[in-house]
Amino acid sequence: MTAALSKHFKIISGKPWIWAFAGAFLVWGATILYTGGTGAGQILSAALSFATFSVIVGIGQMYVITLGPGNVDLSIPATMTFAGAVSMKIMETQDAMILPGLVIALLCGLAVGLFNYGLIHALRIPPIIATLSSSFLVQSSAIAYGRGLKIKPPELLAEFTTARIAGFPLLAICVILLAAIMSVVLHRTVFGRSVLAIGQNPRAAALAGVKVDFIRLATYLQSAVLAALCGYLLAGFSGGASLNMGAEYLLASIAVVVIGGTSVAGGFANLPGLWGAALFMFLLVTMLNTFGLSAGIRLLLTGVIIVGVITLAGGRRD
Amino acid sequence: MLNALEPFITVDGVGKNYGAVQALQSVDLKILAGQALGIVGHNGAGKSTLISILAGTQMPSGGELTFAQSGISLPGYKVDQAQAHGIRCVFQELSLCPNLTVAENARILHPAIRGVGWKARARRLISDKLDEVFPGHGINPDDEVGDLSIAKRQMVEIARAFTKVDSPIHLIILDEPTSSLDAIIAQQLLTHLRGFVDQGGACILISHLLEEILQSSDRIVVMRDGGVVDDRAARDFDRGTLVEAMGSVAKEKDEARKAAKARQQESEALVSIRPAQQSDGRRLQAFSGEIVGLAGLSGHGQTDALIDVYQQKRRDTQGPAKTVPMALVPGDRQVDGVFPLWSIGMNIVIGSMRQLTRGGLINPQAEARLCEDWREKIAIRTPDMNNNILSLSGGNQQKALFARALASDAEIILMDDPMRGVDIGTKQEVYEMIREEAGLGRTFLWYTTEMDELEHCDHIYVFRNGAIVADLAGDEVTEQRVLHASFEDGAEGGKPEAKGPEAKEPEAKEGTAS
Amino acid sequence: MTFVPSARLLRSLLPAFSLTVILIAIFYLQPRAMSYFGLNLLLNLALPIAFATLAQMCVIAVNDLDLGIGAFVGFVACVGATWLNESPVLGVAVLALCILAYAALGALIHLRNLPSIVVTLGMSFFWLGLALLVLPTPGGKAPEWVRAVMTFKAPGMPTTIYASAMVAILVHFALMRSAYGAVVRGVGGNPRSVERAGWSILKAKMSMYALAGFFGVLSGISLIGLTTSADANIALRYTLLSIAGVILGGGEFVGGRISPVGAVLGAMTLTLAASFLSFLRISPDWQIGAQGAILIIVLALRVLINRAGKK
Repeated sequence: MTAALSKHFKIISGKPWIWAFAGAFLVWGATILYTGGTGAGQILSAALSFATFSVIVGIGQMYVITLGPGNVDLSIPATMTFAGAVSMKIMETQDAMILPGLVIALLCGLAVGLFNYGLIHALRIPPIIATLSSSFLVQSSAIAYGRGLKIKPPELLAEFTTARIAGFPLLAICVILLAAIMSVVLHRTVFGRSVLAIGQNPRAAALAGVKVDFIRLATYLQSAVLAALCGYLLAGFSGGASLNMGAEYLLASIAVVVIGGTSVAGGFANLPGLWGAALFMFLLVTMLNTFGLSAGIRLLLTGVIIVGVITLAGGRRD
Repeated sequence: MLNALEPFITVDGVGKNYGAVQALQSVDLKILAGQALGIVGHNGAGKSTLISILAGTQMPSGGELTFAQSGISLPGYKVDQAQAHGIRCVFQELSLCPNLTVAENARILHPAIRGVGWKARARRLISDKLDEVFPGHGINPDDEVGDLSIAKRQMVEIARAFTKVDSPIHLIILDEPTSSLDAIIAQQLLTHLRGFVDQGGACILISHLLEEILQSSDRIVVMRDGGVVDDRAARDFDRGTLVEAMGSVAKEKDEARKAAKARQQESEALVSIRPAQQSDGRRLQAFSGEIVGLAGLSGHGQTDALIDVYQQKRRDTQGPAKTVPMALVPGDRQVDGVFPLWSIGMNIVIGSMRQLTRGGLINPQAEARLCEDWREKIAIRTPDMNNNILSLSGGNQQKALFARALASDAEIILMDDPMRGVDIGTKQEVYEMIREEAGLGRTFLWYTTEMDELEHCDHIYVFRNGAIVADLAGDEVTEQRVLHASFEDGAEGGKPEAKGPEAKEPEAKEGTAS
Repeated sequence: MTFVPSARLLRSLLPAFSLTVILIAIFYLQPRAMSYFGLNLLLNLALPIAFATLAQMCVIAVNDLDLGIGAFVGFVACVGATWLNESPVLGVAVLALCILAYAALGALIHLRNLPSIVVTLGMSFFWLGLALLVLPTPGGKAPEWVRAVMTFKAPGMPTTIYASAMVAILVHFALMRSAYGAVVRGVGGNPRSVERAGWSILKAKMSMYALAGFFGVLSGISLIGLTTSADANIALRYTLLSIAGVILGGGEFVGGRISPVGAVLGAMTLTLAASFLSFLRISPDWQIGAQGAILIIVLALRVLINRAGKK
């Protein structure tokens, strides 16, 4: 009896992402109950669409946070804006430029990532401060570069990012695939295992032969490149890049990681939780909107939930 | 003050065990007022455990401490009680706040320094004590501790302990106080200590410098394997008898040491490095298939030497140019070894991830096969290699770390005192394994603090103060020789007064304070 | 014997040096700024930023980081422009509660061993939400007395300069010269040894967080004294500014090395940097970029000084 119980407990405690999905489902259910069943499908479809973007940046942030205490990428919003602005301007609404635009966007991300890690390494400062300082510069570059004109995305890109297959957003399918791939990368490649090892004990990882510096560089590059990709897609989705398009993704990227059950102490991560948490966050806002609650309450609850989840999940190990 | 030579503390049958390991077994000891008590012993003799108990930072597993003034004071004896009894302790690891000034650090230790004018008082107290103990110390009470050299920090730490604020000091415990001081300053400290003792204070001095112990103590206690084995007036000892007392007389080893491999001097050494503090031409060398031991007191540079080898540093020009794959078996499992969130299997596989990768992905079947192979080979006692690593006993965790190194393609295995706190059965199994692997051509560099393990080595380097002081091969390896070399120059024909000034930090900040 | 300045001394002079450089540059570009009126205009917003920076410094002193201070200052501003004006007793009570909330936050972070970044980032939404509830649309009115204090014209030099100097000296005495200040900074430097000497780390952390809350309140109140009305988003950029200010002022992220005087100077430098750029006719687009660049340059200078100090 107790063995069976503890086995059940083990299954749930081994899959902390279940809570995020359960939360998302509950919130969705409450919303539908309130509306009397109308719009259930649309709400879900919209949630999938919007959650997609949080998940893309969440993946990068999750790998970074998994590196252990003190590791966080605060330059994600700036990178998104920068990549979005630059790629939209390069493409100038021409479909033929979609691929070059994508390449340029990713290169922007690569440059930011290199700069970030360069600062961390050369100035020996905590990643928080390094990514913060560089985000100032990147944000300014984005503002200066993209000021005044809102260029529409190429039509094909806009179509691709908003396309639906039987009500199911095409982009969401791609990102579910991306999450699955990154999950395999995390658990079954030298890179992923190294990230997990560094997050648990960087010294032990180095002594076990993990190339700590290289892995950290790769992780920060990956985060910046994914942020750039997200900026590119989001600009396509929302009809052009805007100067504050990244703003809400600073908290979103960290929140989906924390709520999704990844350990902020490092060394333990999971991809499904990102989706659960991203859906939960969007559905929560939808629910509060449906209930007719003000923006103030929405923000307040978001804050309470994040602080609550992190308090329950606990912090660093000693 | 207490009357001279009356017991200040009586230690009665005090023991301490960490799990199955008995660090201290039923020690009886009288600490007398007006007497300097020297404690000597080799690694793991129990010295540090004993003083931690006296200082109140560790609870004994059994026994009694009796104070002359207030009667029995166990259990519930903690740091604040120790302080109330007038006990001050200077530990080996420094415990100053680097971001505060010397005076502010004095304030942290002495809550009684407060109120208006506290800073002036703290300054005066610590300066006066520094002047008293270390005349001409050159330390300003407003210097930030982080800016001071290691030696000066040690001086501050000592002066801080000697500072009397509102209650009298009865017992001072000094654990290797002179390890980072030069000869003149060390002498100043010992002179001051003598004055303190002559006025009726009690003092415990731990040092690996036998001359220092013989010269400054009235009485010497020799510890071995967690117990007191000798306790006599200092004048009854000399260097020889001290070293003899520290060695294990009990074990009459039959001299059937396995024939150590003669070094093939003509072939090229696989490893050849010069330790950081080495001033002569000695090098740490290892040839293919050898088991090379690194001996000496713990913390004298052996781990650093291993890490240097691991990171391929200090190779200079000698040694083969090609990089040989290496693996390291860490000693401090929790700090350097185990990944606590992972299964036993993943903890092993991390050393061989690259060999198991096919098409970019780690092959799960190959991974499982490797785990099972090693579970059998090294007999890790677990029903399932997918269980968390922490579900294993300490000894089996250590086996998993061995498996991590041995399963990899490493040709050289570095071992950082890995058998600390491991049960004897596991030890025997691992020794067997090491010999077998060495027979197959692997090279082992083995830092060990346990005398017994040295008999498995073909060649031994004894370290002291970050440098090799003895280089023993085959039959030359005896406990006496290792002890002699570990404790002081002389036995191996070095300079008598050399306490390794090269080990000290250059006092670069000297000119800046003025 | 030649005088060789220590790395520590050089580093402690860095904040004053940066401020001087930027002041000289401004006076060179715009000699008219060298007047009572000019300085007043330039340093107008320095005081609230200086308070926010001091708040951040208190948190950094115990090895944490506060990513919610900007939102908190915004909330205080909203309370100040509404309740504090309409019913002072309620206003003061709410602000006192805020300080207690900050102390509780410090206790939570210490007891549960939580990463301060995530907790304070979550709190930033909490404060922003509260601010919107108190004041859904920009508006409100600062109490008269606050306005009177903030617009007071002192003789000789702008009031901001007097006030900043006073605050810097007061905080310097409270944290750098007091007996308990040494303990609190010791917690940042070597918590284990402080604990071993019998001090409570929890108490120290709660005190520093409470102090941070107190300075956050001062920042919000002084801000509405200048702007007369409030807005929930009014101070969001203070989070980043305050971190930058602490670092410019010579503070370190870990290890309890802080400098209140430096932090105030750092805040002033950042305030002036914005004007400096506009005098250079650099588009305001590059304002935050320039702040980032200044931050990176100062950090790089520090690395260089440290390296030189090691030789």
